[in-house]
Amino acid sequence: MTTVRISDDALALACGADAVADAFAAAGCTVERVSSWGMHWLEPLVEVGGMGFGPATPEDVPAILSGSSGKAIGRITDHPFLAGQQRLTFARAGRTRPLSLEDYAATGGWASLTRARGMAPAEVVAEVLQSGLRGRGGAGFPAGIKWQTVANAQAARKFVVCNADEGDSGTFADRMLMEGDPFQLIEGMAIAAHAVGAGEGYIYVRSEYPHAIAKLKAAIALAADHVAPFVLEVRVGAGAYVCGEETSLLNSIEGKRGEVRAKPPLPALEGLFGCPTVVNNVLTLAAIPHILAPGGASLYDSLGIDRSKGTMPIQLAGNIRYGGLYETAFGITLDRLVNAIGGGTASGRPVKAVQVGGPLGAYIPPSQFHLPFDYEAYAGADALIGHGGIVVFDDSADMGALARFAFQFCAAESCGKCTPCRIGSTRGVELIDRIRGGGKAGADAVEALPQMHNARKAGRSREEDLQLLEDLCETMQLGSLCALGGFTPYPVRSALRHWPEDFGA
Amino acid sequence: MSQPSIEAILADFAPEQASLLHICHEVQAAFGCVDAGAEAAIARHLNLSRAEVHGVVSFYHDFTAVADPRPCVELCRAEACQARGVEALVAAAEAAAGNRVRVKTVYCLGLCSSGPAARVGDTLHARLDEAALTSLVKSL
Repeated sequence: MTTVRISDDALALACGADAVADAFAAAGCTVERVSSWGMHWLEPLVEVGGMGFGPATPEDVPAILSGSSGKAIGRITDHPFLAGQQRLTFARAGRTRPLSLEDYAATGGWASLTRARGMAPAEVVAEVLQSGLRGRGGAGFPAGIKWQTVANAQAARKFVVCNADEGDSGTFADRMLMEGDPFQLIEGMAIAAHAVGAGEGYIYVRSEYPHAIAKLKAAIALAADHVAPFVLEVRVGAGAYVCGEETSLLNSIEGKRGEVRAKPPLPALEGLFGCPTVVNNVLTLAAIPHILAPGGASLYDSLGIDRSKGTMPIQLAGNIRYGGLYETAFGITLDRLVNAIGGGTASGRPVKAVQVGGPLGAYIPPSQFHLPFDYEAYAGADALIGHGGIVVFDDSADMGALARFAFQFCAAESCGKCTPCRIGSTRGVELIDRIRGGGKAGADAVEALPQMHNARKAGRSREEDLQLLEDLCETMQLGSLCALGGFTPYPVRSALRHWPEDFGA
Repeated sequence: MSQPSIEAILADFAPEQASLLHICHEVQAAFGCVDAGAEAAIARHLNLSRAEVHGVVSFYHDFTAVADPRPCVELCRAEACQARGVEALVAAAEAAAGNRVRVKTVYCLGLCSSGPAARVGDTLHARLDEAALTSLVKSL
């Protein structure tokens, strides 16, 4: 009997993978549901004996089985999109059944946890430090230093919290990992717990990811014996983007409003329920089993450039021809990612801009596509890597409207705790509308009131409005409590700097 | 399916604040909202003030004070779906929906390489064009 492998990743399901799987089952095949290879334009991707066919529909089934399908892409592992990658975190992608303990153990699963538990906690922390692993959530803080802080804290209870509130548009690597290889995340968390002396862990997942939540809950139940006495629980978010900020996330787990906390105290010292807490992103924790394999830390440290070590699962999204997950060592350029690997835009029009790092990331023009993928290089260009999402826009994009959207999104998602973010975002929307609308001639109704004797009565020139926008951006960047208000100026300023013509100039 | 009472839902949860979001999810799923009466019952169970519970309920987008019995399409309008043209589909989707279906804006369903994307309950839809989206709205 023919065995057919089809992904049960949420994206494959959204593209109709269940119907294709049912059609193969009806044709008498054994259907295995595996994780996704990450070649999203080919989903639903069907694998028969190592050969791939996609994007498949139920009507393609007879031709695929008879070997005459026009959707054949050849041997999947030879596909250039995959052959060029260096997959560590996503080594199992496409190859294993997500909830099969058998598949997980057969591909090296649990070996690193066993090894780590045979080491002193301080030795585990030392290997993480040696690997150079930095937080993959966006801030890029060295994971080993965070772990060391928690390990050195004296407390009766400590926690490991996984930040799986992947709210950035253009990112889906956390989702793919949780749905495709949940045991790896669990193993990484158990290693972290051993290293810092924590007994309990939480995975905080956004409610927009129902499939990931279901997979994680099932995986935690299956893996309970492997990670005991460490215990894990899934907590489901409730639609608040700001809960991806670590202190807001901790408040949310505690059953409170997801408002940001002032730092210090650092969560590493006073985190969940006031106890020392490791808060790491899904990709950070999922990289741990590889790093704790024999020789893993030095291999990780040997990859990448400068102070950006190891590999980054980069997500190619938006208006891109070949979108999906591309894991590679740091240092790759945007030109390679967008043009050579991604094949340019899906619409076939010229690329106008890419936004790297989610809604708070800068818009980058093609003239800067030589930038190497590296935390410091991006920071130097007033941009950020964030969670590694790349959203491509073609020449029909209105950068002024996107800058306005950045403020609008910030206003909708602000937790309201600090003034620059809560008020500044709304003032930003108004200001961009005014700039794009040609400015204002005189005092408005409020400014004209006698009580407002200090208000300016004259109109504002475009230059004055732009200066006001710059002041607002500076206030938000320097005065906000967290990255939501603090980084919203990145997309705004970059759009204005590179495409002033979209602001009605 | 009979609707559980709020007391039956609360009985499953330890009386501690950390249960609050989980409780609100259950109440929202059972009644379509977390209204003032539910807030009062939750507050009693968790030994919190009603203001504290209302503060949490009103903070999160997933919880609503009033039930909306209409079927709902959650349409992603974040940057990646904008780059793939979702804004051009909104008017047609709203016209097809009328007052019968609710078209709700969400920001990111994690299908950013294959947008425009939408969600109905736990079912996801990707690669939507105007015809696919309007027929999805009409099918509800």
